[in-house]
Amino acid sequence: MVPLTYMMSLSSAIFAIGVAGMLLRRNILIMFMSIELMLNAVNLAFIALGTELGSMDGQAIVFFAMTVAAAEAAVGLAIIIASFRNRETVHADDLTMLKW
Amino acid sequence: MQLALFWFLAALAILSALGVIAQRNPIHCLLSLVVTLLTIGVLFIVEGAVVVGFLQIIVYAGAIMVLFLFVIWLLNLPVEIGPTGHLALKFFGSVGAAALAAEILVFVLPPHLQVRLSAPPPGYGSIDSLAQKLFSEYLVAFEVTSVLLLAAVVGAVALARRMPGSGAEVRAAGAQAAPGADQV
Repeated sequence: MVPLTYMMSLSSAIFAIGVAGMLLRRNILIMFMSIELMLNAVNLAFIALGTELGSMDGQAIVFFAMTVAAAEAAVGLAIIIASFRNRETVHADDLTMLKW
Repeated sequence: MQLALFWFLAALAILSALGVIAQRNPIHCLLSLVVTLLTIGVLFIVEGAVVVGFLQIIVYAGAIMVLFLFVIWLLNLPVEIGPTGHLALKFFGSVGAAALAAEILVFVLPPHLQVRLSAPPPGYGSIDSLAQKLFSEYLVAFEVTSVLLLAAVVGAVALARRMPGSGAEVRAAGAQAAPGADQV
């Protein structure tokens, strides 16, 4: 059995890498991939804690998180396609139409 | 044995996660992300969550990543030639991410996190126990999820549809001096 601390440390490391990608990259697609990284890091924490507690709740929540992530990916990518079609860019700093 | 597998998978996951945020070509980033997700799926299985692990590999590393791949191909993205964004943002971003990692680690390391209450019961992580949970305690959430997926599908189609009079459509019509005949 892998100690819980190891799993949680790995999870927090992947989460921090996702946050770093979100903050450092300006390409919308890669920012989106960073969001997926963070989601998966949290899923890993859920699974590790669920196993530690001997409860299936963690797995059920991960199941729902995956479903929501699928919906989020579909809608998010559609938004990226729509904005690319109109603005010809995936650079987040160029999408400033809502800026006052 | 399990611990050795964990160290291998953890190293692979962190390296490929770094690859996601460090590479210039979006396709390479995506392939790194697929490796990360596969690794996390295998870690789920190591942890005993067999069904969720396989779902992760099939749904996440398979379906969602193919969606990303299609979008990258569709957009025909150029490889970024130089670093983008402000230097100050990079600096504060790195510091912020490192601070967040340190903060989470404080709560994750032993003195704070000791939960082991019981050993996993027999049948833990099997499709049977997951279904018992999903269709009794989480039944309402399960049904609402199906509505969510339907809404997402409709929303995605509505957003990505080529609408008459949108920017690209007008440009294409101007370039070819003929309106797009293939619009739905």
